[in-house]
Amino acid sequence: MPAAEAPIVQIENVVKEFGPLRVLDGVGFDVARGQVAAIVGRSGSGKSTLLRCIAGLETVQAGNITVCGHDVGRPGSAARAQLRRDVGMVFQSYNLFPHLTVERNITLALTLVKKQSRDEANAKAAEVLAMVGLTDKRTAYPEQLSGGQQQRVAIARSLALQPQVMLFDEVTSALDPELTAEVLAVMEDLAKRGMTMITVTHEMGFARRVADLVVFMHKGKVWEIGPTAELFAQPKTAEFSQFVASEL
Amino acid sequence: MIQLNANHFIYLLQAATWTLLLSLIAFVGGSVVGLIVALMRVSKVAAVRYLASGYIQLIQGTPLLIILFLSYFGLGIMGYKLVPIVAAGLSLTLYAAAFLGEIWRGCIEAVPRTQWEASDCLGLNRFQQYAYVVLPQAVKLAIPPTVGFMVQIVKNTSLASVIGFVELARAGQIVNNSTFEPFVIFIVVAAIYFAMCYPLSLAARALERKAHAGR
Repeated sequence: MPAAEAPIVQIENVVKEFGPLRVLDGVGFDVARGQVAAIVGRSGSGKSTLLRCIAGLETVQAGNITVCGHDVGRPGSAARAQLRRDVGMVFQSYNLFPHLTVERNITLALTLVKKQSRDEANAKAAEVLAMVGLTDKRTAYPEQLSGGQQQRVAIARSLALQPQVMLFDEVTSALDPELTAEVLAVMEDLAKRGMTMITVTHEMGFARRVADLVVFMHKGKVWEIGPTAELFAQPKTAEFSQFVASEL
Repeated sequence: MIQLNANHFIYLLQAATWTLLLSLIAFVGGSVVGLIVALMRVSKVAAVRYLASGYIQLIQGTPLLIILFLSYFGLGIMGYKLVPIVAAGLSLTLYAAAFLGEIWRGCIEAVPRTQWEASDCLGLNRFQQYAYVVLPQAVKLAIPPTVGFMVQIVKNTSLASVIGFVELARAGQIVNNSTFEPFVIFIVVAAIYFAMCYPLSLAARALERKAHAGR
């Protein structure tokens, strides 16, 4: 990790409200290039909302989010289009396009947004499908795949755009343990290749093994944050101790 | 009284081609305007949504017969004298656009919000999201209700007879006036309407099957 470089993701004092409900209450932390950050916490702690804010899917009421130098979180900001080039997002429910083949799911944005030729895009699709181990599913439709395979296609689809940061929103929550393992293996591989990743997860084993930074969220705040090993070895707050105990 | 003969049936069939033509005008016009209305209904701009919604409410709350009267007699008195087929085509277009617009809005909104989010995250702009992600999925949902409505349109073209447009229903009346065999004539008229509508329903079923086979 080069020390001189500014953090690739900077989150400062972010406030997000849904009506009277304050979901994020002054959240802030940085993620450096190449780091893997795991955001953990109970349901309703605001972790998914935070990820959606970083992805530019939600606007924030106060605070700043900067990703790769783009100001995110304000409506209609011109930075948003640019953000899309640099950030990939993977969802809990995969969100593949059901009417398109696996290959076309991946090449759609390459041809439309990156203006690549069909051949170029297909070559890229083959490359990312190989990375997630699904070369043989090129012509399949999403509904012909298992959940784990669909999620790996979704990861491949994001990777094809060569993002600098990948966001994962509880990507294994809808999968059974066996399928979870295959998706986590793909993510672990990505982390090893040096991808900057922010992942909202319930997989504590994965967080311990892969994450450099763990962010524990509680009541819309960053309750505890630190290097993974340190944090799990010595929880500073009762809430985090309890959480860790309950997730084992 | 004149004896019912083959010429009468030929006359009815010729009138049926006018029914088909008018239906076609209503389908094409109604689809083009209806798509615009549907997209306006799901616009991000509130004023555009209200405009489309007002249009739909207005047309849906007005009998087609009155719309026909307005576009033929109403516009006529204001100095825009339209020939019956134009007045009828215009009326049916306005009418079909309101209903198709509302049907298609429902189909567009039935595509999960997450599809918008996923395509947004991939960098597709709004036009691309519609063209490549949302509308192709909405079309699949739209086939059955759209065809159902088109069958209605074919039958509703018979109302154009009131502004002097000689389509199938009006032709049936004319033949009946000279031959006075209402039972035979109107059974034949009904059979011709059925012959036009039933293939539509069959085509819809084939389309649905194809849409499902393709995925």
